[in-house]
Amino acid sequence: MNAPKHMRMREKLILRVAAKSLLPFFFLFALYVQFHGDFGPGGGFQAGVIFAAGIVLYGLIYGIEAAQAVIPRIWVEIGVAVGVLIWGGTGIATMQSGGRYLEYGKLDPEHVVHGQHLGIMFVELGVLCTVASGMTLIFYLFAGRGR
Amino acid sequence: MFGSLSMWSDWASSLTTLSEHFPVLVVVVPMLSAPLCFLSRNGRAARGISFFALLSCLLMVIHLLGRVLDEGVVSYRLGGWPPPLGIEYRYDQINAFVALIVAFIATVVVPFGQNKKAFRVPAGRTNVIYAVYLLCTAGLLGMCVTGDLFNVYVFLEISSLSAYTLVAIGAERRAMMSAFSYLTMGTIGGLFFLIGIGMLYQMTGTLNIVDLSMRLYDVSSVRTLSVAFATLFVGVSIKLAVFPLHQWLPNAYTYAPPKVSAFLAATATKVAFYVMLRIIFTIFGRERSFEQMNLDRILLPLSIAAMFMGSIAAIYQTNIKRLLAFSSIAQIGYMTLGISLDSLTGLVGGIVHLFNHALMKGGLFLAVACILFRLGSVKIEDMRGIGRRMPWTMGAVVVLGLGLVGVPGTVGFVSKWYLVLGALEREMYTVAFLTLLSSLLAVIYVWRLVEVAWFSDPKPGIRMADVREAPLTMVVPVWALAAATIYFGIFTEHSAGVARLAAAQLFGGTP
Repeated sequence: MNAPKHMRMREKLILRVAAKSLLPFFFLFALYVQFHGDFGPGGGFQAGVIFAAGIVLYGLIYGIEAAQAVIPRIWVEIGVAVGVLIWGGTGIATMQSGGRYLEYGKLDPEHVVHGQHLGIMFVELGVLCTVASGMTLIFYLFAGRGR
Repeated sequence: MFGSLSMWSDWASSLTTLSEHFPVLVVVVPMLSAPLCFLSRNGRAARGISFFALLSCLLMVIHLLGRVLDEGVVSYRLGGWPPPLGIEYRYDQINAFVALIVAFIATVVVPFGQNKKAFRVPAGRTNVIYAVYLLCTAGLLGMCVTGDLFNVYVFLEISSLSAYTLVAIGAERRAMMSAFSYLTMGTIGGLFFLIGIGMLYQMTGTLNIVDLSMRLYDVSSVRTLSVAFATLFVGVSIKLAVFPLHQWLPNAYTYAPPKVSAFLAATATKVAFYVMLRIIFTIFGRERSFEQMNLDRILLPLSIAAMFMGSIAAIYQTNIKRLLAFSSIAQIGYMTLGISLDSLTGLVGGIVHLFNHALMKGGLFLAVACILFRLGSVKIEDMRGIGRRMPWTMGAVVVLGLGLVGVPGTVGFVSKWYLVLGALEREMYTVAFLTLLSSLLAVIYVWRLVEVAWFSDPKPGIRMADVREAPLTMVVPVWALAAATIYFGIFTEHSAGVARLAAAQLFGGTP
């Protein structure tokens, strides 16, 4: 708060406008990478990192309080755990449908390939959730130090 | 009446279906209970969840060990993909045995009385400790049961990262520093291990341990193989804290919360020892390891050095946790001695010592937790006269300490018996003599504890009047382990018996 006027982020109009206009593309690209993961390279981990990068950028430009107003820390903490549960739950679901652990093919009894597709999608969703939340949480913890 | 009967049979049949999945559930249950603990946001609930998760894990491992002993190897294909393409969880005598130890110790430590002062965690966040603890257990169990070498590395990282966290939450600020040096050394160890895996994969194109061992038969003596062996060996040696690579261990065990020290001392190094056995005997094979690589020429002197250095250092410690940590280094020396003797009996001694030491060191560190709880100090000089104040706790320390010495009737005697026999079989009389001599050093450091606790007057300035016996929730687990050291010291069919089968299987080289 004691920084000279020209150093304050509030005065950096170009950065503020550019960041805000780029943000939607961050999240869109994250989702693209996420859903591309079913067909080719890419997937939950990369998508999660890109998603978290969007939040980090917002936090850097507008301040950590603003970022935490959009995505509160408690959500992020829950997200870390829920992602693991989605991943593990997929495995439990495949066991429920008579397959081995994470045997995605069994998720759709009629069509093995559809089942595989579904399984990968759920697992990647879990990974997205945990990685995005984990990265954001690390950022919150470091940025929140000493406050 | 009829309805309840059919319900019972439904339940029984669903349990039979479920038992097919036990091999994977052993890892999945603790791993998925971890996020549940995290979400519960309540220390008490998290403790309940972890206890029941680990108890079910223990029962499943017992069931699996029984199946392995009756039917032979139990294999589970993850995702339904057949090995070596897919990941396989593979239970045989040795890893089911090690998994049993891990699950048992992990279960015993959870209900052990909680001492809030021992953890530097904000109030109301103790559930996080249990989440990390469950992850660490899941990682250790995963390392045991997986049949895929890269999977071993992944679980190694899961368990190590959570172990660093568990050490770092110790009450003293130095816990952070020791966790950091543990992290540094552990990461270097993990890195070496990964490099070794990479080389093996490059040579054979497979990561499945059984497949790998078969394909390595065809690989004639190439330099890459020696380098891969060396890097894997060094990587695991760091994790196991083999003598010159043990620097991280004393501080990590000293500054970690005592419950954590008990858990790590009894499980983490044991699993590392198991991985070392796998590398030496299953992947590379006894012949290659000992006859081509001359492993015994390195491991034997290091083991003997560890036995002496660890015990001598333990004698000079002023902090009981540090004393136990140095004693652990000596005990790891006995385990690796079992490998380096290159004889079946010696190997039985090494494996059975893995089990015995887990009981003894787990019990001793839990007893230290009792002392810290009542006395508020772990310095040996502050413990003067404590034997009369906490007779049950200190009684357990004496029993467990006698085990470390190797007095007949305790588990320590069983392991040393096999080790000495193994040395005599190979006609290494000096080694047998040195094994016995190093036990005398253990007498000295155990006697120090006994003398301070029972034969000294309280130190002036320490108010012994406030010190009384630890609560039942703490004393019962300690005595459970102390009783186990006597039970398995007399009836050895379930410890040494299984160890013998495991050793025979490893030694025979059959994957």
